[in-house]
Amino acid sequence: MKRIRFKAAAAAILLSCSLVACGEAGEDGEGAEVAAEEDCDGKFEDGSRMAELAEAGEITMGVRYDQPGLGFKDAAADVPTGFDIEIAKLLVADLCIDPADTSAVTWEETISDNREPYLMEGRVDLVLASYSITDERRELVGQTGPYFITGQQILVPSDSDVESIEDLQGEEVCSVSGSTSIERVEEEGAVPVPREAYSDCADDVLNGSVPAMSTDGAILLGLAALNPDELKVVGPEFSEERIGVGYPKENPEMCEWINGVLEDSFEDGSWEEAFAATLGESGVETPEPPTLDECQA
Amino acid sequence: MSTVLDNLDLVFWAFVHTVALFLISGVLSLLIGTLLAAMRVGPIAVLRRAVATYVAIVRNTPLLVVFIFFRVAGPRIGIQFNFVDIVWGDLRMNNYFAAAIVSLTVYTSTFVCEAIRSGVNAVPLGQAEAARAIGLPFGGTMREVILPQAFRATVPPLASVQIALLKNTTIAGIFGVAEAFFRMRGFTNDFPGDRLGIFITFALIFVVLVEVVSFASHRLERRWSAAR
Repeated sequence: MKRIRFKAAAAAILLSCSLVACGEAGEDGEGAEVAAEEDCDGKFEDGSRMAELAEAGEITMGVRYDQPGLGFKDAAADVPTGFDIEIAKLLVADLCIDPADTSAVTWEETISDNREPYLMEGRVDLVLASYSITDERRELVGQTGPYFITGQQILVPSDSDVESIEDLQGEEVCSVSGSTSIERVEEEGAVPVPREAYSDCADDVLNGSVPAMSTDGAILLGLAALNPDELKVVGPEFSEERIGVGYPKENPEMCEWINGVLEDSFEDGSWEEAFAATLGESGVETPEPPTLDECQA
Repeated sequence: MSTVLDNLDLVFWAFVHTVALFLISGVLSLLIGTLLAAMRVGPIAVLRRAVATYVAIVRNTPLLVVFIFFRVAGPRIGIQFNFVDIVWGDLRMNNYFAAAIVSLTVYTSTFVCEAIRSGVNAVPLGQAEAARAIGLPFGGTMREVILPQAFRATVPPLASVQIALLKNTTIAGIFGVAEAFFRMRGFTNDFPGDRLGIFITFALIFVVLVEVVSFASHRLERRWSAAR
């Protein structure tokens, strides 16, 4: 565990270095540097949630801390890193709030189980936490997007013969307890091995306790990048997760605004930049931006 | 509530894992705990001290840490249970299951040991002296005279220890065993609208299981107290 933690920390430092300080990355505003909009007076309709947030100058974002590439917070860092976070920064900046200002933006950790309760209680204003859009969740909270489409793959030791989930029928496959991924593993006919975090699963694959682990390909690539000689990601994607933004159900006006910001980011290239600076680092090619869902009026 | 009813087979197999963890580590911890208690009150000073140290260390360590030892540190120093692979229906007794059994047993047997030691102390000293006077060795004294009386006195605390064990099995749910807690978290993730119903149902099933254990212990207590 220690060794992996250290590697994770080292990788995170290198990554943040490549994003912010080193080289030309910072100059063209790639990744971490997102400038806040200047003037929000009259930009949003009076009484809308966006106007309230812009007025207050403060916002709380629900994000993951434990998924390298999507939402990951190094113990020493103030702000988490990852693709979710980059998209969150675009939304925050559109409200004329400086995303780098930690006194204005609170990055609250959300886990699988508390995303809906946090939104419903108003403890977070928005959730960008590898939040798959599902009908069950839409009953409780608002979800729009997707801003990213990913699929589940498998991570195996480099010397493994396993090529897809079909090779793992009746075999143990590790994933995180209470996640959508582990349900899919079960549906595909493998035996679920629940752990608390994806890094625990990667650890078990490394020490031979379990032949494979599975979750969204993007997360697996992030994990494989920490141990490139010992781990590899294989197989076709056997599910489709549509990662979207969660907002409180009582503020439906936020949907159009979120879609607007996402649409702009697709068009002006900031979506692509965010991808290249985060998930792109682990060797994924930048895909086409997904098509957004219509907002229900 | 409907979530649980729609997925009854999943819930059933999850609780089969829970009950299997409980029964196997329950029996093992009773056996090992009794052995430890015998060593703790025995005539060999080295064993006495060794057991006292073991109890002091393990009983004062959170169960989670014991689990982490066998699941995270263990594999690194070659403690793995990959040779265990028994499948019965959907019940998978694999390396994760074995590690959970070992963790639960190592932890619970210290409590069993202390409970039985208290029972041994409750047996009047004259009993041990009389046993020795008729020529019984230490083993015979324990087996024939002391432990049968000690067990009777310790049924209620032993039942408490076993009930705690039953609830402690849920920790295995984050260490690779697909037991009740794991299934509950899966449901609350998939069906966020039905969280309350899911929680209440799983809690109720645990209450029922615990009631079965405490009913059995009551019966045992009544039957054995008559013989005294």
